[in-house]
Amino acid sequence: MSETVHHDYQGAKIGMWLFLFTEFMLFGGLFILYAGSRALNPEAFHSAGRELSVPLGVANTVILLTSSLFVAAAITAIQKGNKKLSLILTGLTAACGALFLVNKAAEWGMKFHHGIYPNGPGLAQRPAGEALFFGLYYIMTGLHGLHVLAGTVLLTVMAVLVSRERVRQDDYVLLENSGLYWHLVDVIWIFLLPLFYLAA
Amino acid sequence: MSVREQGHTIEYPTLLKVWGALVLLTAALVGASRVSEAAAVWAMLALTPLKAALVLYFFMHLKYEKAVLKAMVFTALAVLIIFIGMLFLDISFR
Amino acid sequence: MSYLDRQGGGLLSWIASTDHKRIGLLYLALMTVFFFVAVGIGVAMRLKHLSGGDFLMTAQTYNALFTVHGVIMIFLFVIPGLPAVFGNFFLPILIGAKDVAFPRLNLLSWYFFVTGAALAVLSLFTGHGPPDTGWTFYVPFSIKTGTNVSLAVLAAFVLGLSSILTGLNFITTIHRLRAPGMTWHRMPLFVWSLYATAWIQVLVTPIIGITLVLVILERFFNIGVFDPAKGGDPLLYQHMFWTYSHPAVYIMIVPAMGAISEIIPTFSRKSIFGYNAIAYSSIAIAGFGSMVWAHHMFTSGMADTADFVFSLLTFIVAVPSAIKVFNWTATLYKGSIEMSPAMLYALSFVFLFAIGGLTGVMQGALGLNVHLHDTYWIVGHFHYVMFGGTGFAFFAALLYWFPKMTGRMYAARPAYAAWGLTFTGFNILYFTMLVLGAQGMPRRYYAHLPQFHDAHLVATAGSWLLAAGLVTLFSNFICALFRGRKAEANPWGGITLEWTISSPPPTENFAEVPTVTAGPYAYNPGRPG
Repeated sequence: MSETVHHDYQGAKIGMWLFLFTEFMLFGGLFILYAGSRALNPEAFHSAGRELSVPLGVANTVILLTSSLFVAAAITAIQKGNKKLSLILTGLTAACGALFLVNKAAEWGMKFHHGIYPNGPGLAQRPAGEALFFGLYYIMTGLHGLHVLAGTVLLTVMAVLVSRERVRQDDYVLLENSGLYWHLVDVIWIFLLPLFYLAA
Repeated sequence: MSVREQGHTIEYPTLLKVWGALVLLTAALVGASRVSEAAAVWAMLALTPLKAALVLYFFMHLKYEKAVLKAMVFTALAVLIIFIGMLFLDISFR
Repeated sequence: MSYLDRQGGGLLSWIASTDHKRIGLLYLALMTVFFFVAVGIGVAMRLKHLSGGDFLMTAQTYNALFTVHGVIMIFLFVIPGLPAVFGNFFLPILIGAKDVAFPRLNLLSWYFFVTGAALAVLSLFTGHGPPDTGWTFYVPFSIKTGTNVSLAVLAAFVLGLSSILTGLNFITTIHRLRAPGMTWHRMPLFVWSLYATAWIQVLVTPIIGITLVLVILERFFNIGVFDPAKGGDPLLYQHMFWTYSHPAVYIMIVPAMGAISEIIPTFSRKSIFGYNAIAYSSIAIAGFGSMVWAHHMFTSGMADTADFVFSLLTFIVAVPSAIKVFNWTATLYKGSIEMSPAMLYALSFVFLFAIGGLTGVMQGALGLNVHLHDTYWIVGHFHYVMFGGTGFAFFAALLYWFPKMTGRMYAARPAYAAWGLTFTGFNILYFTMLVLGAQGMPRRYYAHLPQFHDAHLVATAGSWLLAAGLVTLFSNFICALFRGRKAEANPWGGITLEWTISSPPPTENFAEVPTVTAGPYAYNPGRPG
């Protein structure tokens, strides 16, 4: 296989951006579904949205924004040849990802506790659109959570690669692409926050 | 290839400023959602894309990329907006 | 040393190869098998209509057969067909590259394809029977039916992943790996068509992916996103499904148009007429084609405003397609035309695609659509486009590039005979369907009324001719593979880059990276056009 390995920095980045487009459109399908569903059930979305915890949503937003800062800085660090700082920042990004997931799990756990899950007792007596709101909430934050999980694993691997100098000052496109992926996860969340937590 | 192509380096202070702007915008968004329904909707439509744009432009280095990549990103965004917009040809007129 | 006799030829040297040419052949082999399975299913469905009532199979089996026929043909043959086989094989060669941008990703893409195919087959024999929803998986039936929809839908999801990765690879390849001098406007038109197609693959396939995931989630958790009792809207499923599946039609047809744009200049010994128009119309088709999806839903209870706008856009999308047809015919004008089998199929493509396209425009008219919706007219129409269009272009491309790919020549006489059989059989089968549909025969019906019986017999007879033609065509290829005489480097007198290298191509494609100094079809240097 060695004859096919070539280093095309721009090519690798174009490939990654194209992959991000596919991720973006994957969520895009759900945004289409959300937009249509909300337009057909405005009141129900309004009242159901009141039940999501704004502080939790905002906390997770700040966590992701900060993690985005960390990974962007990690790339700056590796570009400047500061391996140690890059390693720390990459590790911190992954830690933020884990923290986000813990928060999310707690939030889902509380909702489950109140019987708010598809076909759960907490939704049985509600108007039709509220079950839909929570259905979409689980699908969209669930898919996003899976992406956070994947990104956390990816960044952990990157931390290892930085420490082994597979990712280094003159060849860091892997870290840069992982960063792009992580930022996309952040961007998706930027949209999810107002769609769900601030819908009331 | 003896000399590898390299990306643009964004200095730490710039990154910090962008982060600060993002946090402030989030605060504004939450604040607006407390004021009134109309304010919430307008804040969502205006501030959310602005936040996303900051992340794309600075954190994702789009500002420093070639025009062709910018065009690609713009195309992808436009496609989704058109899809959602055209859906409302049905939803809004039922 | 060619790419075929490298590495001793053990199985592993194929299924672990990152060589774009070997991967192209792997796709070709697997797709041919699935194609014939689906042809067999199609013939079986026609056989059933030898009688209007109970005959040969149960109604449930019939439902399963049209579903499986659709799923295999759409997801395993027509959508991936030209890009995965000829795109993989020829895209790097046509732009003077050694391979695609991400060779290992390309191999991964092939494995997703195999996995998807395996899941599709598995869905037939496990669970509570093969899916019976039709390939469109419309809710609520796809959520309620007890048959094995979940696995079939998962198969389509994985195949979508394969398609996305191929598209991603092609876009990057075209941007990054063009040989020196290969400017955008010197690229062969097949490359342009692959570029437009790849963008559709990348941007809309994820939407069908998530839609199919939603079907699975609904089946397991009953969340209710498409269930009116929970505030959901089944029409949103149709919107999301067609947001992908209509552009998917252009994933199927645009590369076919690209292949035709290669074949016609070669056998006319003439530069293509309207290079820019053909290149940009591919992009225009990709663009407009993504904005017409709801014309599949005119009878579904959508708002009138949507009906009106989508009808208008449907008419508009016919324009870039027509531009291509006019340019192909203009290319023939005053050309030195050689009626090789590949050319014959290519010209048949233009004829059959024109019928398919024009019947499509008719369906775009709202009033007529109400009458024609869900009838055999629709079945006839999309077979003219998908089979008469993409299928015939696939055969034309195979006849054109077979010597280059395998290093063997096929016998011309059986190829001509196969053309006669397929072309005649095709028109008898599907034109009859257009007539049946206009008379009111609904699609997907197990039984038919007596007044439709004679036409059904004619269509069934056509299916036999068509199947005989396909068997002739492919057995000729298989014979050629073993006994065909050695092909020259340039048997047709083509002048795009693939004809400058030996047949079959060397492993690295080019001994040294070519420098391109002229457009792809410069048959008459010094003269414009």
